[in-house]
Amino acid sequence: MSENFKTSRRGFLRGAAATTALAAGASQAATPDPLITEVQDWATGLGDGVDATPYGLPIEYEEDVIRRNVEWLTADTISSINFTPIHALDGTITPQGCAFERHHSGAIDMRKQDYRLMINGLVDTPLVFSYEDLERFPRENHVYFCECAANTGMEWAGAQLNGAQFTHGMIHNMEYTGVSLRTILEEAGLDAAGDLAGKWVYVEGADASSNGRSIPMEKALDDVLVAFKANGEALRKEHGYPVRLVVPGWEGNMWVKWLRRIEVMDGPVESREETSKYTDTLEDGTSRKWTWAMDAKSVVTSPSPQAPITHGSGPLVITGLAWSGRGAITRVDVSKDGGKTWETARLAKPGEKMALTRFYLDTTWDGEEMFLQSRAMDETGYVQPTKTQLRDVRGLNSIYHNNCIQTWWVRPNGEAENVEVS
Amino acid sequence: MLKYLKASAAICLLATPVLADGYGLGRPALPEEIAAWDLDVSPDGTGLPPGSGDVLTGEEVFADQCAACHGDFAEGVDNWPKLAGGWDTLADDDPLKTVGSYWPHLSTTWDYVNRSMPFGAAQTLEPDDVYAIVAYILYSNDLVDDDFVLSDENLAAFEMPNQDGFIIDDRIETEFSQWVGEPCMVDCKESVEVTMRAMVLDVTPEEEGSDEASAAPAAEAEAVQVAAVDPALIEAGEKVFRKCKSCHQLGEGAKNRTGPVLTGIVGSPAGQVEGFRYSKALTEMADEGLVWDEETLSAFLAKPKSFMKGTKMAFAGLKKEEDLAAINAYLASFAE
Repeated sequence: MSENFKTSRRGFLRGAAATTALAAGASQAATPDPLITEVQDWATGLGDGVDATPYGLPIEYEEDVIRRNVEWLTADTISSINFTPIHALDGTITPQGCAFERHHSGAIDMRKQDYRLMINGLVDTPLVFSYEDLERFPRENHVYFCECAANTGMEWAGAQLNGAQFTHGMIHNMEYTGVSLRTILEEAGLDAAGDLAGKWVYVEGADASSNGRSIPMEKALDDVLVAFKANGEALRKEHGYPVRLVVPGWEGNMWVKWLRRIEVMDGPVESREETSKYTDTLEDGTSRKWTWAMDAKSVVTSPSPQAPITHGSGPLVITGLAWSGRGAITRVDVSKDGGKTWETARLAKPGEKMALTRFYLDTTWDGEEMFLQSRAMDETGYVQPTKTQLRDVRGLNSIYHNNCIQTWWVRPNGEAENVEVS
Repeated sequence: MLKYLKASAAICLLATPVLADGYGLGRPALPEEIAAWDLDVSPDGTGLPPGSGDVLTGEEVFADQCAACHGDFAEGVDNWPKLAGGWDTLADDDPLKTVGSYWPHLSTTWDYVNRSMPFGAAQTLEPDDVYAIVAYILYSNDLVDDDFVLSDENLAAFEMPNQDGFIIDDRIETEFSQWVGEPCMVDCKESVEVTMRAMVLDVTPEEEGSDEASAAPAAEAEAVQVAAVDPALIEAGEKVFRKCKSCHQLGEGAKNRTGPVLTGIVGSPAGQVEGFRYSKALTEMADEGLVWDEETLSAFLAKPKSFMKGTKMAFAGLKKEEDLAAINAYLASFAE
């Protein structure tokens, strides 16, 4: 890795400042561009042969597009979380290699041959499946976002982390291949459960944390997937290889990795992760539980603190992501003045249920400061709230489910900062 | 639950008849297999094995198994969870949520300790130890006296202080009703003032490569340290060390966790890491002059419990000679 290719936010900004003056007004070249007039090495010599990288990685110039950790958040990296570089991605599909990780006891190594899935509890026949068994059930493909309930959680009390990656990067969006949980439950038989209303399934992982969550039967029979592929290839180790649960629209903690057991039960287990964690304390000290669905939310990914404007005034693409755990995104509005006026952005594709939607506002920047915000609406008619609206209902002591409107203060030099506005 | 059932879609799903004939995949789970994995404990005590433990036993077990992260009095070390205290703080700014102040069911504590703790050695505790640890956590929270005995018979009936502190998700009623409809597009507010800035707080991590000057010397120092040993062996050792990592830290900024810091361990007398509570077994061998070199480390790591009867280290051992050589090389690459 040559030093020349090292990029950094500061270095990048320094470079940007130098070229801004030129770029802003100059659409004509004063001297011929040597990249055009001189024959470059790549135009005369030879490149890499096939198989130089049997499994390809991003080119070195993109080495800053990586997951990042905020060390002070957790005691160590084994039980911790990192963040997807959403500021540097486009489209909607998150590459597995930079999709955020959350482990409670570290990412474990498990071979497919060693994988077992048990279905027990109130079923007709408790069963054990091998990995191979799972691949013999009819399969489905769906794109879904997975958002940690704590995404944006550090911003409750005020603007804290300066970058979309850190404020909104506990999210990824992949195309999953797997078997519907309904199919697997039916294979074991649900007659023994009697009336299914009020029944639950408890799902549990194979790692040392034994992360387990209780899911109401109606969700279990609706759209939950037992997934083994993401974006066409095997799940990555850090995302639960070989098998994880996909619980569309619901908080990421329920997407149990290294899924090993599904138990049909009369009631919820009230496990650690659904009582002491992933509950939401309100201003009066009472706490909401079973807040599973992720409400509609959006964020401008560029420009943003890690993705400043480097080209000066003129045409500017404002872009971002929107999603809702309760259905499809129907509209995203963007404000440049901190919420005084709004313009409706263009959705790259019509919103899909419980999946990320990319929006663009193709605009002209006058070089003045902006207070950029985005506001998502979903098919239920819900409008993404401001931080003030959220705080009015919930107070300041929540951690999870912060889906407030985010503000980036873009300065005339193109730099952006995470701020709160009145 | 009831609120969720009100959604009409959910009712339809439940009404759909389930498929009668399956695909004939999988095999029946054996009772022993179910017993091995079905360990969860519900609030009514379902799933609890017979057993009991008292506060004083719990204090000892807690000191050995839990205190490295959670503190002797369950008060928490560094960023590790505090298990005690925080009474009447739930309505304050920054409430302190502990087992005593927040957890609604005692079954949750038993279940979590039994299946997921100690960190790095999960599922190694006997039921009586788990009862004792949970009894001690209650004692640390001033919820029981020091003669209290917790068992499968009284656990489910134990009333936690915050058991009535939870409500079922009410966002549909309290939030959705206000946040629907056509939103404002123009003249939505008069003025916009910055009320808080992330740059002022300055807690955002620097990005990789942004601090090249300080990164370079560290890399050089590392190179000097490892110059004498086969780098491939050290690299192999780094992989083997993953088995150790959940309990032991190495190198700059390393801290004691379930196990002591291992920086500089090779060539050092045993039992010398400051602030770590060693087992009696290790202290005795240290007093007898045990020094950690390639030979003693290999013997210990091959069969920890036979080399040192009574060691706290809950590690089965490294079977392969090459793993032992690699881990020695890797540990030796971290001098003090």
